[in-house]
Amino acid sequence: MKRIALLGMPNTGKSTLFNRLSGASARVGNWPGITVDLMSAKILAGGHIAELIDLPGLYDLHGFSDDEQVVRHFLSNHAVDLVIIVLNSSQIDRQLSLALQIKQLGLPTTLLLNMQDEAKRSGISIDTQAMSEQLGFPVQTISAKYGDGCPQALQLIGQILNQPATISSPQDVAKLLEVDNQIEQTMHDIVKHAVQMPVKLNDETTDQIDRILLHPWLGLPIFFLAMFLLFQFIFTAGKPLQDGMAWALDLFRTEAFEPLLSGLPVWLNGLLLDGIYNGIGTVAAFVPIIVLFFLVMSMVEDSGYLSRAAFLMDSLMAKMGLDGRGFVMILMGFGCNVPALMGTRVMRSRPMRLLTMLVIPLSLCSARLQVFLFMIATLFVAHQAAFIMFGLYMVSFLTIFLTAILFKNQYKSTEPFILELPPYRFPTPRQIWLRGWQEVKHFLNRASKFIVIGVVLVWVMTHYPTDVAPASVGTIAGQIGQFFAPVLNPIGIDTQLAIALIFGFVAKEIVVGSLAVIYGLQGDALSHQIAMNIDWVQGMSFMLFTLIYTPCLSTIATMKSESKSSLFMWLSIVWSLGLAWIISFIFYQGARALGL
Amino acid sequence: MTTLSNLTPGQHGTIHAIHADQGLYQRLNALGFRIGKQIALIRRASFNGPLHVRIGATDIILREIEAQRIQLDLA
Repeated sequence: MKRIALLGMPNTGKSTLFNRLSGASARVGNWPGITVDLMSAKILAGGHIAELIDLPGLYDLHGFSDDEQVVRHFLSNHAVDLVIIVLNSSQIDRQLSLALQIKQLGLPTTLLLNMQDEAKRSGISIDTQAMSEQLGFPVQTISAKYGDGCPQALQLIGQILNQPATISSPQDVAKLLEVDNQIEQTMHDIVKHAVQMPVKLNDETTDQIDRILLHPWLGLPIFFLAMFLLFQFIFTAGKPLQDGMAWALDLFRTEAFEPLLSGLPVWLNGLLLDGIYNGIGTVAAFVPIIVLFFLVMSMVEDSGYLSRAAFLMDSLMAKMGLDGRGFVMILMGFGCNVPALMGTRVMRSRPMRLLTMLVIPLSLCSARLQVFLFMIATLFVAHQAAFIMFGLYMVSFLTIFLTAILFKNQYKSTEPFILELPPYRFPTPRQIWLRGWQEVKHFLNRASKFIVIGVVLVWVMTHYPTDVAPASVGTIAGQIGQFFAPVLNPIGIDTQLAIALIFGFVAKEIVVGSLAVIYGLQGDALSHQIAMNIDWVQGMSFMLFTLIYTPCLSTIATMKSESKSSLFMWLSIVWSLGLAWIISFIFYQGARALGL
Repeated sequence: MTTLSNLTPGQHGTIHAIHADQGLYQRLNALGFRIGKQIALIRRASFNGPLHVRIGATDIILREIEAQRIQLDLA
């Protein structure tokens, strides 16, 4: 099978092109010697099935960030039949350096100039013929977003793959990568010959939007208002979907599963219906809201607004020893902490990276969101819900700030903060859909894996030994709950909630599912039972603990692999558990002292 | 002669020298900071936040401390 490497500078739409070429068939691949997950997909080009690998974005083949090293390492260890370089047409004057660096490797190469649509609007015209002659390999303009030029590009790829070529071996490439040379001069020459650019360029629309969104006084309030409205939109639009889903799941149980499984032994029937079905069903009811959440998040991410948020927040973040990029990672953590932790690779200074990694697990991820939506719907009336939810997001920020301030002296850094501001881009529906779908697939995959195992375990622990009432003190679960009682009673968490918390350590997706299994109930009946067992102060304390303590095993594993330090991983676990307990304790005892 | 950090929004100049260590220099270079290039200050974030500058078609944000390392000739 032929192998094609896709590489380019950040913000050039490389991933959009990858998604377009692969049509969402992408999977995460394992590459020997490379610690990062690289996406790859099989594509059909020129009668070949070729493997297309999406390498990380890089500015400079000879640079020294993690991503740049990954690319070099990949090219030095794996034979490739074609390198596709993706650059941004409107910034070709400076990005061409990357194409020249790749050219020196002697690999079959083609250059795709993306964002042709934007370049055209800015009055840039590129003579691909002239550029191709100078570079010595084919050049094609495309718009990955709208698909213009993509069929031609694919054809071009096929042609190159069909040509017999003398391919540099990875060893040759490795040798060449050691030397750096006269790239800059050549780059200037080619731009001078092949590119005509208006002297002063600016995108009027982006400028106008920036004038408002980056306004010295209005910028931050607008940002927070926009975030609040987005979340409000997600919950308002998601509520009917969620109710519909719960209704359908209940209907399935009474109309299909109960009659179907009635012949089974009682214990198996219990395990299947009260265990697995209730557990998964309770979690599945939240899937529509999570889908909506990721669709909106990916839209914000692709729009270019996040870099603006980094600009607005940098001075505040600097006071906490972090920078604007850290703020963006925290926002990404609202989706899922794991990619946010991996995103810290853009930081070159280790102390800065570690400090950012220490605070990311405190950002309220979508799995925790699910627990809160459930608890809030159970314990509060509708008009309080939005405020409680907003309050939890604020607590998330406060714990982040507190942690950063307390630890910033241990993790001092002088990392420069330099970031490119891309023009605003309105993602196409296809782009939003693909991004959103990737996230949802990832979420469902994780959720289903953990939840099935989790709910089965919870069911077993709450039903054995069989001679006592389910979930009572006599069961395994009851015993474990008793064991932790001295620590958890002072923060108002009873035995049932304790079991849910313990399983929540594996993944927060299990928490709601395990509550369903512990009580043996589903839907409204479950909510009523919980509302009878605990009051809102206990519920709030439970939510605070859930918010702050270790998010999930995947986060812990990522923490260890990214920091390459077990000590740091333990610091993160111990700190978050301790902080969770202290804050829940202050809240619970404070509220009780006030007579609530 | 002045530094990028001294510009007022709307003002522009030509890069005269970049006083930075190897790593920072390379990074600035890759983003288009090259001697002889024209650079404009678009805005500053409040509370002494970062500077928003433009080189050619590229918009970049950087902190005051890095901007002090970039020497300009005023046009």
